[in-house]
Amino acid sequence: MRTLILRTIAPYLSALMMIFSVFVLLRGHNDPGGGFIGGLLAASAFAIYGIASGVASARRAMRFHPMAIAGSGLAMSVLAGLASILFGVPFMTGLWAPPIPGIGFEVSSVLFFDLGVYLVVLGAVTSIALALEERDEE
Amino acid sequence: MIETALSVLVGIFFAVAVYLLLSKHTIRIMLGVVVLGNAANLSIFTAGRLTREVPPVIPPDLYVPEIATANPLPQALVLTAIVISFSLFAFLLVLAWRAYQDLDTDNTEEMRLAEPKNDPLPPLSY
Amino acid sequence: MGTDGLSLTFIALFLPFIAAMVAPFLTQRMGHKAAWVLALVPAFLFVHFATFVGTVASGGIVTGGHDWIPSLGVDFSWLLDGLSVTFALLISGIGTFIVLYSGGYLKGHEHQGRFFSFILMFMGAMQGLVISDSFLMLFVFWELTSITSFLLIGFDHAREASRRAAMQALIVTGMGGLALLAGLLVIWSATGATSLSGLLETDGVLRESALYGLAFLLILGGAFTKSAQFPFHFWLPNAMEAPTPVSAYLHSATMVKAGVYLLMRLNPVMGETVLWETVLPLFGGATLLVGGFLAVRQSDLKLMLAYTTVASLGLLVMLTGFGSEHAIEAAVLYLIAHSLFKGALFMVAGIIDHEAGTRDVTSLGGLRKAMPITFGAALVAAISMGGLPPLFGFLAKEEIYYALGFSSIWSALFTIVAILGNALMFAIGFAVALKPFLGAEVKTPSHAHEGPPLLWLGPVVLGGASLLAAFLSPLTHRLFSMPMARAVAGEPLEIDISLIPSIGLPLLLSLVTVALGYAIYWTLGDVRQRVGAALRVIGWGPDKGFDQAVRGIVRGAHRITGLIQNGRMETYMTMTFAVIAAAFLVPLIWAGEMPSFPELPVLTLYEIVVIAIAIIGLGAVLYADDRLTAIVSLGIQGFAVALIFLLFGAPDLGFTQFMVETLSVVILALVITRLKLAKSDHRPTREKLIDVTVASLCGIGLMLALFKVTALTFDPALSVFFTEYSRSIAHGRNIVNVILVDYRGVDTMGEIAVVMAAGLAILALVRVRLGRRIMHAEMPASSKETAA
Repeated sequence: MRTLILRTIAPYLSALMMIFSVFVLLRGHNDPGGGFIGGLLAASAFAIYGIASGVASARRAMRFHPMAIAGSGLAMSVLAGLASILFGVPFMTGLWAPPIPGIGFEVSSVLFFDLGVYLVVLGAVTSIALALEERDEE
Repeated sequence: MIETALSVLVGIFFAVAVYLLLSKHTIRIMLGVVVLGNAANLSIFTAGRLTREVPPVIPPDLYVPEIATANPLPQALVLTAIVISFSLFAFLLVLAWRAYQDLDTDNTEEMRLAEPKNDPLPPLSY
Repeated sequence: MGTDGLSLTFIALFLPFIAAMVAPFLTQRMGHKAAWVLALVPAFLFVHFATFVGTVASGGIVTGGHDWIPSLGVDFSWLLDGLSVTFALLISGIGTFIVLYSGGYLKGHEHQGRFFSFILMFMGAMQGLVISDSFLMLFVFWELTSITSFLLIGFDHAREASRRAAMQALIVTGMGGLALLAGLLVIWSATGATSLSGLLETDGVLRESALYGLAFLLILGGAFTKSAQFPFHFWLPNAMEAPTPVSAYLHSATMVKAGVYLLMRLNPVMGETVLWETVLPLFGGATLLVGGFLAVRQSDLKLMLAYTTVASLGLLVMLTGFGSEHAIEAAVLYLIAHSLFKGALFMVAGIIDHEAGTRDVTSLGGLRKAMPITFGAALVAAISMGGLPPLFGFLAKEEIYYALGFSSIWSALFTIVAILGNALMFAIGFAVALKPFLGAEVKTPSHAHEGPPLLWLGPVVLGGASLLAAFLSPLTHRLFSMPMARAVAGEPLEIDISLIPSIGLPLLLSLVTVALGYAIYWTLGDVRQRVGAALRVIGWGPDKGFDQAVRGIVRGAHRITGLIQNGRMETYMTMTFAVIAAAFLVPLIWAGEMPSFPELPVLTLYEIVVIAIAIIGLGAVLYADDRLTAIVSLGIQGFAVALIFLLFGAPDLGFTQFMVETLSVVILALVITRLKLAKSDHRPTREKLIDVTVASLCGIGLMLALFKVTALTFDPALSVFFTEYSRSIAHGRNIVNVILVDYRGVDTMGEIAVVMAAGLAILALVRVRLGRRIMHAEMPASSKETAA
């Protein structure tokens, strides 16, 4: 599957998909999108990169082990839920920062929760995909 | 009723999934798992009633949508279900692959490691 | 209900369990001397419960507790009246000396700390059992005594006999515990009471209830198994596999009396019925005789005592159910006397075993010089057991004969049973107390000498108590016997029996008993052989029956497992899906709820095309016989589903489905290249037929269910709520995403945890394989075989 064309465009394609996935994640609260879709997009980006340039370089590009990313995502979601307790409101109550003009989304505990979902899906699915691709290289 | 059409389609999905799952070859069973996931998701989606083409998104200048939108609740349920059924599918796939490597077969009839033929009687003493 | 937060009784309930946690560490540090410290716990309990004696003696009842599950009316509450206080004092008083005795008996045993732990746990459970007020607490502590008894019997778990006895006791008493639970539930539904104190106030409701018979049977199931009544008596002698302190404590003085306690406790509300006054005396009497005769047959000191315990328990049940005031008084007196003398005799048997190295009565003799203190204690206990003055047992025996008499054929029958049983126990009691000590000195496995104070302290004190209780009988009656009898009878009773015998029938019957017992004692060797021969002729007993039942269950389970779990996955799958199809279809047909075929929809061109694509994809998946077709067709049906989502206003779902379907196809492609996809399906036609039928039924079932569901009026309450507040409160315009991350955020959190777990599991599967490969690399010679 490692054709020259794929190998050449894969890094750019992956980078574009990564950027797009973050975009989908951030717009998710107001328009179609969100953590699940964003995470899947990002995982696909790494899967394509892995197929084109090899699993080893995909892992290098990720810097962290994918399951570590997933774990930190889960932790982030839990912490985003727990943050409300600091403000004396029940678990998982959304907290909203004052709007920051010009960034196009609102900063909130809910956003961090969604970011956690994004990271879990990204990490777990990438881990699965790369593990199976490794099979292929033996 | 538009739901009728999808109900029939869900029935077909489910039947195909079951037929594939009843096969003896793990790879066909895997195909069945994917189809089964789709059947389940579609049935939840259908049970929440269908609305054509209007996504449950509130227009930027309103607080409540003006016209009736699609039911958002089954969509939320199905969304997570899709991701989870994918995780399950991936897990089963790796499991089947590992079983193939260790047992040299993809035929479930020959996989007798956990329940060997002629299992001896368990000990009768205390 | 009192609300005293940290009352001493509450602490007393938990103290033994806390001590059980500390015991191993203490024993590690102090060795067997830890007994002196640990004995402070039961001593404290004894003192604590002794403070209630005054209140209870004047007719008072103390209750206390805390809410536990208020919504179900379940409290953590206790009830202290004459019955429970006397029991509590016996448990903690004898417990104190048992802990000390264990210190000496198991000195230097590597698991002595564990033993202390178990015995203290049992003490806590037993203590809780007798002072529980709420049914649930009673049941929990009841089961806890069964479990701790299991642990103690199986203490020496390296021996199979020990394990068998432990299992047997657990199964028999555990099943009884379940019967008790059911019985308590029946009582609850019959009377509405959830506690003993509540039940005792309902006076007569239970007796007249239609559920009385059922409640009676179930309660009896609990009481008879626990108190080893015939035909459940067999577990108790087997429990002698436990170390002797356990036999002395659990299996004579306390736990086996739990059943008697239960019957006594329920006597005011369940007694005085024909059922109660027939069944209890009959089974009790049978147990008395069976226990007595089987005791004669034994030559092992502990087994002799164990069977007399069975007999004594039978006597207690018989008296409790006999139905007269005097019978209840007799039961109360005998219960106190028995706990004192039987506990002491067991400890004596343990000392002999410990010091002389054997406890077979036929190879013991002449120990009186070597062990004078033990001999004295044994003699006192045996005199009490034989019902001779001046000990407490005499009072009990007199009261028994006073209660039974010859007023009718019925009571004459039980008088004869009692005389026979008492004579047998008389003989055994003296055989245990005299035979090892009198006569010529016999050479024993180890050189016998007096044991340390830790060992003889218990029997001496218990003997002294028995003596004291008899001499101060008016005080004993006022403080213990009468309050207890009052609780059992449900009304105040007067007990005035004392050491001064009144000339009359009871004294005469006592003399007959002693004469008969004396005769049996002198001919014991002969009687033993005859009873043994008789039993060999019968050749079968409940003990053997237990083994047969257990083996039968194992064999039966094996056969059933072989039948329904034949190791072929397709059988399991076919069965599962057949059941699913039936679950869909049977209720529809059964209830005549078949949906009328809904009107045909008007579909747009797009919709028709997309549905057609989906069906084509499915067909292709079914018929695919090479990898590429399979993957491609799987993708087709998946993308068709995504399009359906898009068409019906679910863009989020559509995109997610696209992504997932792509990833599925990719990873499937990665794996499928390695697995061979069999050329089409080669199932035999017969199997194909079954599979197609099951699959079609499943499909039709789900379709009909969906018809049914969509024909109902839709309740959009939740969706309306989510839609209305999505922007104003949750600050989001994409309602689906708001549901995911806000309204139902906890749910989503659980779901990403599942995704995470799947990822970890897959990683583990991959790693396992890496480990294997390394293993192969290290052992190249065996790699082939392992791989195969």
